[in-house]
Amino acid sequence: MNHFANSRLDQEPAIAHLEKFQGYAEHTPYLKDTELKHSRKICQSLEDAIRASGLKDGMTVSFHHAFREGDKTINHVMDTLAHMGFKDLTLASSSLLSCNAPLIDHIRNGVIRRIYTSGMRGKLAEAISHGLMAEPINIHSHGGRVKLIDSGELHLDVAFLGVSTADEFGNANGISGRSRCGALGYAKVDAARADKVVVLTEEIVPYPNAPASIAQDDVDFVVKVDQVGDPSKISVGAARVTSNPRELLIARLAADVIEHAGYFEQGFSLQTGTGASSTAATRFLETRMRKKDITAAFALGGITGSIVELHKKGLIEKLYDTQSFDADSAESLRTSPNHYEISTNAYANPGSKGAYCDHMDMVILSALEIDLDFNVNVITGSDGVMRGASGGHSDVAAAANLSIVVGPLIRSRIPTVVRNVTTVVTPGECVGVLVTDHGIAVNPNRPEIAERLTAAGLPVTTIEDLYRRAISLTGEPQAIEFLDKVVGIVRYRDGSVIDVVHQVKD
Amino acid sequence: MKIVKEALAGTLESSDLMVKVAPASDGTLDIVINSEVIRQFGAQIEKVVRDTLGKLDVTEGLVVIEDKGALDCAICARLQTAVLRGAECQDLDWSVLS
Repeated sequence: MNHFANSRLDQEPAIAHLEKFQGYAEHTPYLKDTELKHSRKICQSLEDAIRASGLKDGMTVSFHHAFREGDKTINHVMDTLAHMGFKDLTLASSSLLSCNAPLIDHIRNGVIRRIYTSGMRGKLAEAISHGLMAEPINIHSHGGRVKLIDSGELHLDVAFLGVSTADEFGNANGISGRSRCGALGYAKVDAARADKVVVLTEEIVPYPNAPASIAQDDVDFVVKVDQVGDPSKISVGAARVTSNPRELLIARLAADVIEHAGYFEQGFSLQTGTGASSTAATRFLETRMRKKDITAAFALGGITGSIVELHKKGLIEKLYDTQSFDADSAESLRTSPNHYEISTNAYANPGSKGAYCDHMDMVILSALEIDLDFNVNVITGSDGVMRGASGGHSDVAAAANLSIVVGPLIRSRIPTVVRNVTTVVTPGECVGVLVTDHGIAVNPNRPEIAERLTAAGLPVTTIEDLYRRAISLTGEPQAIEFLDKVVGIVRYRDGSVIDVVHQVKD
Repeated sequence: MKIVKEALAGTLESSDLMVKVAPASDGTLDIVINSEVIRQFGAQIEKVVRDTLGKLDVTEGLVVIEDKGALDCAICARLQTAVLRGAECQDLDWSVLS
């Protein structure tokens, strides 16, 4: 101890309100223990990590969903929290999928009281649509989630982030080890914002682990678990490659729209969503790009294998990846120097100081329903039950120069073009073009686009005409009956409420 | 047309339907419709089924439909086929079916 200095400082009135030096390890006692210095974040079990995090009843726990249907972290942690007796938690997962059906029991038992998520599928979505929860869930976009966190409404107390590798200090990524999900765009947000960050890793690798998608200065605890996720199931669900001729027809029309809408110039940028047709549209771009002898500056968003293929061929210079939708994109993120991992804050948060989506030329988006005002529903099925996700839909639709919605005119007997969508997720004012297997409709607020597509000889019609065609095939659907209870609140990307989902009448 | 034996038509693929017909045990016409789109199109499906059975002059029997979102034309065609198979019909008046 530095007694001389201390006794001298004691006499100094100018620093009476400041803490006096008590030794180098006063606030960092682990520095005196050569082993503890490095191992202090390692927890022997998930239970130990939860106890160390200081989690209490009523707090908010957060997760990422980069493993999609292969996720093994969310259910595992929630089971553990239930066993430990936690109650009234808010679950803030960047999204939820069919694999999260076991959460139903935790909602019934009072472990989970509130949910924030981009979407839901399967049994969990069905149960919540039928009134399982006392409080409505909040549905947000990927960018909007970060906005809700930064506004203070959604305060993340403890983040549980599953990764394939981490070192003992918590430097973590999803591109090394066994179960590689690729980009950790969602997890990066939670790591930077949650009060306490627990990294669950399949492997603890020697220090320092690089690249550090999640960095050591954001991580409180590290715990080894058997499995965080099954990457082979990432492309189950939304992200898939199609050989369906109708979807390929739509994809080719979408590529025609991309070619002729006025933004297909050297250095353009694009995003293709996860729907079958939008992913397939990428396939048709190569010949068009070569014919015109142009390359794209960058592709954004959820990155798929078909985008990676164009990148490898030099047709797309850079990839900005917030979620890798298949093994090919995860591998590309690992190996390509021009494939960059970005957080959802940098991707699409309207409150961030700069979102990549603001620089987007064209985006291809899916729709469960689109109405005569071009409003898009990607959350509820036409039976009123939730079965989708907001994702980046409203984010990129708002920011891109041209949003192209693709979908079949009818799905089995269900019309995609409807008079009024069941639930508005993306406002029609942000949608430029609708591409279906029965023709293309252009939003009247984009007359210049209609002109260009017509001049190119594409089958342009009106959305009213597409609606009439759909109904002539399917018949007029009966209106779905809903109860008064609100089961879901749809938040627009800026945090405002754009719609609500009511409980379905049984 | 009288249904004299059990018969099937169709598949359980999306956009198709499976129709099962069987002889009536008590001389009544029983129609059971299960459909993925029952909320939106239940009434329309029942109307097509009853119209089609009417044209075939089927007044008794058990008709069970597992619909996977088929259009009216498919419902009509599958139902006609199932009935023709169940009725062991040889001489058919095609003009009433159109």
